[in-house]
Amino acid sequence: MSAPGQNYLTASKGIRSWLLTTDHKRIGILYAVSVALFFLLGGIFAVLVRTELAAPGETIMGQDSYNQAFTLHGVVMVFLVIIPAIPGILGNFVLPIQIGAKDVAFPRLNLFSWYIFMLGALLALSGWLIIGKVDTGWTFYTPYSSEGTNSVLWLTTAVFVAGFASIFTGLNFIVTVHKMRAPGMTWNRLPLFVWAIYATGIVQVLATPVIGITMVLLFLERLLQIGIFDPALGGDPVLFQHFFWFYSHPAVYIMILPAMGIISDLMGTFSRQQVSGYTFIALSSVAIAFLGFLVWGHHMFVAGQSAISSIIFSMLTFLIGIPTGIKVFNWVATMYKGSVSLKTPMIYALMFLFLFTIGGLTGIMIGVLAVDVHLHDTYFIVAHFHYVMMGGALIGLIGGLHYWWPKITGRLYNETAGRIAAVLVFVGFNLTFFTQFIMGSRGMPRRYHDYAGLLEQYPEFAAYNMVSTVGSYILAIGLLMILVYAVHSLLRGKRATANPWGAVTLEWTHTGVVPDAHNFHHVPLVTRGPYDFHLADDVFGSAADDGDKP
Amino acid sequence: MMEDKQALWLPEAASTYAGSVDSLFYFILVTSVILFVGVVTTMVVFAWRFRRRSAADRPVPVKENKVIEASWILVPFILVTIVFIWGFRVFITMSVAPPNAMEITVRAQKWSWLFEYPEGVRSNALHVPVGRPVKLKMSSADVLHSLYIPAFRTKQDVIPGRYTYAWFEATRQDTFPLMCTEYCGQQHSTMLSSVVVHSQDGFEAWLQESQLGTDASPAERGEALYTQLGCLACHSLDGTPGIGPSFEGLAATERAFTDGTRAVADDNYLREAIVAPAVRIVEGYDALMPATYATLEPEEVDALVAFIQEH
Amino acid sequence: MAESSGTLKHYFVSSAQQFDAAKMGMWLFLVTEVLLFSGMFVAYAVYRTWYPEVFALSSELLDWRLGALNTLVLLASSFTVALAIHFIQKGDRERVVVMLLLTLLCAAVFMIVKYFEYTGKWSHGVFPGAGFAPHGDYAQYNVAYAPQFFSIYFVMTGIHGVHVLVGMGVFVWLVTRMVRGHFSPAYYTPIELSGLYWHLVDIIWIFLFPLLYLI
Repeated sequence: MSAPGQNYLTASKGIRSWLLTTDHKRIGILYAVSVALFFLLGGIFAVLVRTELAAPGETIMGQDSYNQAFTLHGVVMVFLVIIPAIPGILGNFVLPIQIGAKDVAFPRLNLFSWYIFMLGALLALSGWLIIGKVDTGWTFYTPYSSEGTNSVLWLTTAVFVAGFASIFTGLNFIVTVHKMRAPGMTWNRLPLFVWAIYATGIVQVLATPVIGITMVLLFLERLLQIGIFDPALGGDPVLFQHFFWFYSHPAVYIMILPAMGIISDLMGTFSRQQVSGYTFIALSSVAIAFLGFLVWGHHMFVAGQSAISSIIFSMLTFLIGIPTGIKVFNWVATMYKGSVSLKTPMIYALMFLFLFTIGGLTGIMIGVLAVDVHLHDTYFIVAHFHYVMMGGALIGLIGGLHYWWPKITGRLYNETAGRIAAVLVFVGFNLTFFTQFIMGSRGMPRRYHDYAGLLEQYPEFAAYNMVSTVGSYILAIGLLMILVYAVHSLLRGKRATANPWGAVTLEWTHTGVVPDAHNFHHVPLVTRGPYDFHLADDVFGSAADDGDKP
Repeated sequence: MMEDKQALWLPEAASTYAGSVDSLFYFILVTSVILFVGVVTTMVVFAWRFRRRSAADRPVPVKENKVIEASWILVPFILVTIVFIWGFRVFITMSVAPPNAMEITVRAQKWSWLFEYPEGVRSNALHVPVGRPVKLKMSSADVLHSLYIPAFRTKQDVIPGRYTYAWFEATRQDTFPLMCTEYCGQQHSTMLSSVVVHSQDGFEAWLQESQLGTDASPAERGEALYTQLGCLACHSLDGTPGIGPSFEGLAATERAFTDGTRAVADDNYLREAIVAPAVRIVEGYDALMPATYATLEPEEVDALVAFIQEH
Repeated sequence: MAESSGTLKHYFVSSAQQFDAAKMGMWLFLVTEVLLFSGMFVAYAVYRTWYPEVFALSSELLDWRLGALNTLVLLASSFTVALAIHFIQKGDRERVVVMLLLTLLCAAVFMIVKYFEYTGKWSHGVFPGAGFAPHGDYAQYNVAYAPQFFSIYFVMTGIHGVHVLVGMGVFVWLVTRMVRGHFSPAYYTPIELSGLYWHLVDIIWIFLFPLLYLI
């Protein structure tokens, strides 16, 4: 479509052309680089935490260091990795092209979002490096946090600032989807990834301001002792938890909905089949986005809220489980009578189904009032949310990155290396976190620097922890291997074609190998749905000469 | 169900309602395993059965089956309704203590537990009689804590500035771990204690011997308080420095403070160090001791001072 | 459309699309603003429900006459900003500038009144948080949970005040662009959007005034 050397990567040169770009694709890459760095940092903290827990007693660090390590692991992974990752990287790169737009509705705001995200990250990390320890856990529960060190002030400011990046990104995508669709791109022809990012945008816009004001109040509590959350001054620490989870539960959907969108696209493309229950998957994303605002109290069944509140929140929690379950069934059904190709992205999609199903079912378990009383704040919870957040959101991201890699870079990666890394990630992940389900159900509390004091009653904790730590090393090796072959692909990878997977969405059918700076030469006219493989004669040749079909 | 010591999942149950919690847990576990195996098997079968045979493969779309779609909504709905109602009923049992329950006051602070009995007895381990409902009335002196007894399936956050409650009825005489599960700062993972379940007679006997006679000397009473109040969590008796200085050889020595001043550890200094610990901090230690000991009875402070003096 | 062609970004198909997008973006932003304040309204509602008599007592310290004056000032400014949009649609540039300056003046009056209210409180020791120590005539208001009322009062009106200051900055910017002839009946999106923002700032005050001063 375009002459070689005139795509978005080569249209302009120099560091300024990247740092001042308003091209949504380049901004996606800025996010990719920064999120990858933060992921590496968060991963280092994770490995430190697991190493400390490998054996009872102090292994490599003391209590203070351990408490900081798990706090920073949580803060970095939640606020600097999972929340911005998929909308920031793939949402930016893919969404405008998928709907046939030349850019997002507000390109300068888009760049500004990245800068305030980076400012937030800088504040968070410099607060820790310069001011000193922060050991509140990523949940900042009062009154521990409001009595803590000055780093808490920096960290709350950082979350407040980074929150605006999230708000502006969500706002940008909502407006883009509403106002920038190409002719013929009706709502029921939107790729499911677009629907997912759209639903995510709703949550970002509605929920993030609440964490903003919560952080302002916590900041003032720490600075001026305003007495809203600190019981010593007449405040209520449980009110803080309500405020915090009113954002942070919907934030779970900010993390998982985009990954669900990726999985929908992957299941359709690599099964070469209509995604089963398209309308339901699309609307269930929006339903989950709204229902997600009504269930925050299930984090607080034993926190001292009234029994009536707990009962209502438990009931609503199950309502949200149903659309999630149906998505899983529909994804599996998509393969039925399809043409399933087990390329690396599809392996991650199937891995997502495996891990996310475990994460979802254990979510039902801890949504049950009586059972949650026993499991709350144990390793069962830790395992559950890692199955959802890492097994779901991050595996979805990795699958999506493999899928769109040829479009982003114009190169292919080594398929064999991709599959080996996928196996390592899968094995390592399950060793790390499945053992934690068992430990948790037996009563191992989370955020424990040491479990030597529990070994008399629970001698098995030593072995489980060791297995979990070994698993985390395998997982880390798998992830590093992805990094290695990605770099290799960038330098030496085979040149990709414009549509290596035989997909039928616009980013594959209507752009060059690597898209132009303005995506399209002509605004595309959309005449079919995102998974109408049977209508895609332009991709596969006409159905008449498709002689070797079984 | 699998309630033997070798069970993979839940620890051995030892309270009246633990059995109902476990039945529900295993019901969900078994249902989940069936659903999970169903999903994964279907996934693997489909991925193999419909694998791509030629690069140009282009299957025809499948018409959606409304009955199957509807069943995907209905069956999960029925399942979650069952577990919700079941969980709700058990939760009500767990939340409402029987009216005849014996009340024990629980005080949590960084990083120790203190249990107070109606007869004025105090202990840093929870002693309860078997077969009698016990209601815990809990409050925290500083930050959030959470009282967790895995064997009883009991957990409740302990909050500063208000009371929260938990109850249980132990079914077996044994000693069970008790831990803090709400992150509470530096030594969170050392905030452990235990539940000692006595026979009814054994419990009465324990209460008797824990009550100090009126003829006990102040130092003897101080020694009892030292254990009961949980001082031993931070202050050793053998010279090993803990979170706070050891009591061994402390009395009458000169102390150096973080503000550069020095003082001899006489009666008045020891008294101040107990009731207003933040005023002067000994070099090498942090200001971690709670201010809650200010509310001790004067005789109790005297007893502790005497104990430290004699030690 | 000749005038607007310079303002049409290349990634939009038409000025109408561009205007619709900008307006929708602004509405979404206003939604986030409402949610930001709703968090504080919830804190207010919770503490008011717990300690109604303390809140009733403490609100006596707020002068409803100053609050009412500020309400009128803000309502007037909403009217002038609406007139500014009306005049730019008619192409009457001079009056647009006058209306924007009047809006700016109202905002300044609001902030000056707020300044006297705040310093009046501070001079009697009514500070937010740990510094709360009313003395003199105000000593009788030093009751439990009164600090919560004033914390909420200062935080809510403070953040609202920040929004007024931001609005003033926006109006200064609009006036300078207006003077340089950037706006016309064919392109006045920034004025329209700033007007929307200003109405929201006004509406939030309409809720703050009765909740804090009157009941």
